[in-house]
Amino acid sequence: MDAISTEAGAHHDHPTGLRRYLFSTNHKDIGTLYLILAVVGGLIGFLMSMAIRAELAHPGISVFPGISALLHGTDPTNIDAAKNLYNVFITAHGVLMIFFFVMPALMGGFANWFVPIMIGAPDMAFPRLNNISFWLLAVALVLVVLSTFAEGAPGSLGFGGGWVFYPPLSSNTGHPGPAMDYVILSLHLAGASSILGSINFITTIFNMRAPGMTLHKMPLFAWGMLVTAFLLVLTLPVLAGAITMLLTDRNFGTTFYDPAGGGDPILFQHLFWFFGHPEVYVLILPAFGIISHIVSTFSRKPVFGYLGMAYAMVSIGFLGCIVWAHHMYTVGLSLNAQRYFVFATMVIAVPTGIKIFSWIATMWGGSISFRAPMWWAIGFIFVFTLGGVTGVVLANASADRQLHETYYVVAHFHYTMSLGAVFGVFAGFYYWFPKMTGYMYNETLSKAHFLLLFVGINLVFFPQHFLGLAGMPRRYIDYPDAFALWNYWSSVGAAIAAVSVLLFFYTVAEAFMRKREAGANPWGVGATTLEWTLPSPPPFHQFETLPRITGSGHH
Amino acid sequence: MLIGRRPTLRRAALTAGAVFSLLLLAGVASAEVLGQPTPGGLGLPATVTEVGAETQFFYNVILLPIISFIGLFVLGLLIYVCWRFNEHANPVPSKLTHHTGLEVVWTLVPVLILVFIAIPSFRLLAHQVEIPEPKVTIKVTGNQWYWSYAYPEDQGGGFSFDQFMKTDADLKPENGDVRLLSVDNEAVVPVGEVIKLQVVASDVIHSYTIPAFTVRIDAVPGRLNETWFKAEKEGIFYGQCSKICGKDHAFMPAAIRVVSKEKYAEWLVEAKKKFAKVDDGRVRVAAEADAR
Repeated sequence: MDAISTEAGAHHDHPTGLRRYLFSTNHKDIGTLYLILAVVGGLIGFLMSMAIRAELAHPGISVFPGISALLHGTDPTNIDAAKNLYNVFITAHGVLMIFFFVMPALMGGFANWFVPIMIGAPDMAFPRLNNISFWLLAVALVLVVLSTFAEGAPGSLGFGGGWVFYPPLSSNTGHPGPAMDYVILSLHLAGASSILGSINFITTIFNMRAPGMTLHKMPLFAWGMLVTAFLLVLTLPVLAGAITMLLTDRNFGTTFYDPAGGGDPILFQHLFWFFGHPEVYVLILPAFGIISHIVSTFSRKPVFGYLGMAYAMVSIGFLGCIVWAHHMYTVGLSLNAQRYFVFATMVIAVPTGIKIFSWIATMWGGSISFRAPMWWAIGFIFVFTLGGVTGVVLANASADRQLHETYYVVAHFHYTMSLGAVFGVFAGFYYWFPKMTGYMYNETLSKAHFLLLFVGINLVFFPQHFLGLAGMPRRYIDYPDAFALWNYWSSVGAAIAAVSVLLFFYTVAEAFMRKREAGANPWGVGATTLEWTLPSPPPFHQFETLPRITGSGHH
Repeated sequence: MLIGRRPTLRRAALTAGAVFSLLLLAGVASAEVLGQPTPGGLGLPATVTEVGAETQFFYNVILLPIISFIGLFVLGLLIYVCWRFNEHANPVPSKLTHHTGLEVVWTLVPVLILVFIAIPSFRLLAHQVEIPEPKVTIKVTGNQWYWSYAYPEDQGGGFSFDQFMKTDADLKPENGDVRLLSVDNEAVVPVGEVIKLQVVASDVIHSYTIPAFTVRIDAVPGRLNETWFKAEKEGIFYGQCSKICGKDHAFMPAAIRVVSKEKYAEWLVEAKKKFAKVDDGRVRVAAEADAR
C-alpha cells in the first residue's frame, strides 16, 4: 500500500471537553465512551455475581438479607425480601453482562474504534447516528438500574424473573409493578441503539472500504462485525415486537401471552429465543474476529484458511437464526419439532470446529511470541472449546431432558460467554490498548491478570458441571445440603476472580501513570492490519487520503 | 469480597479440602441415597427408570467420552504448537495458509462424530416423548409455590391434594427428611407401572422435574403437557421446580413415593379419606387452570 495520510487536517473542527464527548461524532471518541460504559455496566454486573456466589458459598440464606437492608432498607430479618432481591440480582446480572458489558465492549467499543480503521475509512458512515446509538444505550443502562428500585412483584422491589422475561411471571400475574415496564423500556432503547449501530456498521463496511480492499481481503474482525450487525438487524425487531406485546398485555388489556384471552405464554418464548439465540452469536462473533487477529499477529503468520474462517462466521450466523427452540425442549414441543432443532443445532458444531482448528493451524508452523494478548487468545481457544463441547451435549433434546435448567447449562453458557466472550474482550483490550492510548501496559501484570482470572473462573464454573449433573436447578438462592461442596469451591473461584479484577484496574492505572510510549506498532511484523500503520494514539481524523490496498496480505 | 469476611470460611476451607481429597479417594457411590442428590456427587444421580438408564448410557458412555476426548485433543494440540512453534524453537514462520485436504478433514470428521451421536440421541428422544399406554394418570398443577396432584376417579382416585415443602421446624431428619426436599404430602405411585403425568400451571410457568426418572416437563398455564415414567424400584424420589417462578422458586420441591402395588391400593383408600375434605377446593383450582 502507499500514501497513507496520518495528518489531522488543520481545517477540521477538533472540539474539546463536553462538546467533544457529549456531542461526539468521532468514531474513536464514541468507541472510548462505549468502553467506559462497558466498564460501568460490567462492574455492576460483576459485583452482583459476587453477591450471588457469596450467598451460594454455603447452604442457607445469609448474605442477601443484608444486601436487601443496604439497598432497599428492608428489615435484615426479612427473608422474603432477600429471596426477591436474589432473583432481581440474577436477572440484572444477565441483562447487564449481555447488553451493557459484552455488547458495548466488543461492538460499541472495539468495533467503533477499529472497523473504520481496519477497512481504511476516515470514520463511520453516519457519525451522528453513532452518537445517538451511544446515548440511547447510556439511558437504557440507567433505566435497567432504576428498575431494581421500582415495585415488581406485589410488595417487593425490582424485576426478578430471569433475563428471559417469560410471561406470565413478567406479566401482571407475576410482576404487576412498574419495574418490568422500566426493563421493557430499557430493552427498547438498547435495541434501538443496537439496530442503529448495526445499520451504521453495515453501511460503513459495504461502502467505505479503501480502494482495493475487497470483501475477501477485509480483516476478519470486520467480517465478524458485519455478520453480527446483520444478526442484530434481523432479530432485534422480533424482540422489540415481543416485548411490545408484553407491554400491551401488562398495561392495555391485550392477551397475546394470556391463555385466558386466547393467547399463549409459549409464543413469547419462541419470539424471545428467535432473538435470544442469535444474540449469543452477537456476543461471540466479534471475539472470534479479535482472536483471529491476535493469533495471526503473534504467530507471525497470516490467518490459516481465511475464506473458511470468514464463511464459517457467516454460516454460524445463519444457523444461529434457525435453532432457537433448543432453549425450549421441555415446554412440550412435538417430537418432530424437537428432532429438527436437535439436528440444526448440532450442525453449528461444524463451522465452530473449523474456527478452532484454523486458529491452531495458524499457530502451526508459526513463530509464536508469547506476548500478553496471545496468552488471552490461547486461553480463549481452550475455554471456548470446553463450552462448545458441552453445547453439543445440550443440543441433544434427549440429554437436555436431564440437564435443562440445571447448573450444567449455567456452566455451559458461562464457558462460552463469561470465559469465552470475556476473554475475547480482555484479549482485544490488551491487544489494542497501546494503539488506543499510545501507552504500553506492564505485560507481566497482564499475564498475572490472565492467570488469576483463568484459574479463578475455571474454578467457578467447572464444578458447576457436577452440580448440574447431580440435578441442582438454576436460579436458586438456597440448595439441598448435598450440593454444598461444589458450590463452596465455585465461590472460592469467584473470590480469586475478584482479585483478578482488582489487578486489571491496577494494570490500567499503572499504564496511564507510567506513560511508556507504545509506538505505532508494538507487536512487530505479524501485525499487518491498517491500524498499525497509524501512530498511537491515531490522529483525530485518519486516512484523509485513502490508503490503497494492493496484494493479498491483509488478513 | 463478602465471603472473605465470614469467620466460617477459613474453617470450611480446611474441612472442604480434606473432604475433597477423601471424596476422590472413596468414590461417590458410597454415600449415595436413591432419589436425592449425593453429597459432592460428580455425575448423574442413580436412576430407576429404563428411559433414565438409556439417558445415562447416552451421556456417560457416548457423549462424555467424546467431549472429553475433543477437549483434551484441543488442549494437547495447543500445548504442542506452543512448545514446537514458539519463536525460540521456530524462528522463521512458515507461509502455509491453505491446505484443502486438511480443511476437508476437519469439516467431515466432526460431521461423522455428530452422526454417530445423533443416532442414539434420536432413538432415546422418541422413547422419552412417546408415551406408552399408562396404568395410572396423575394431573399435576404448578402453583406459586407448591404442587397440586389430582388422582382421577376411574383409576381408584377421585381426590386431590397440595404438596408443600416442609419448613425447617417440621423437618424430622430421623425419619429421613431432607432440608428443602421433603414435603408434607408425598405423591404415591405403584412400582413397575407406566405412570402418565399431565402437567399444567395455575399462575406462572413452573417445571416439574424428577432427576432419578429423567422426568422434566414445563407446567404452563393454558397448556396440558404430558410426560411419563415407569419406576422399577421403590423409594422416595425428589425433584425441584426448574423454571423460575418468583420468590419461592427454590422452595417448591416435588416428591413421589414409589410403593408396591398392594401398598398403592391401600394408600388410595387412605388418601380418599384424608383428602376428601379438601377435594372441592382442589377441583376448583384444577378447573381454574383449565379455564385460563
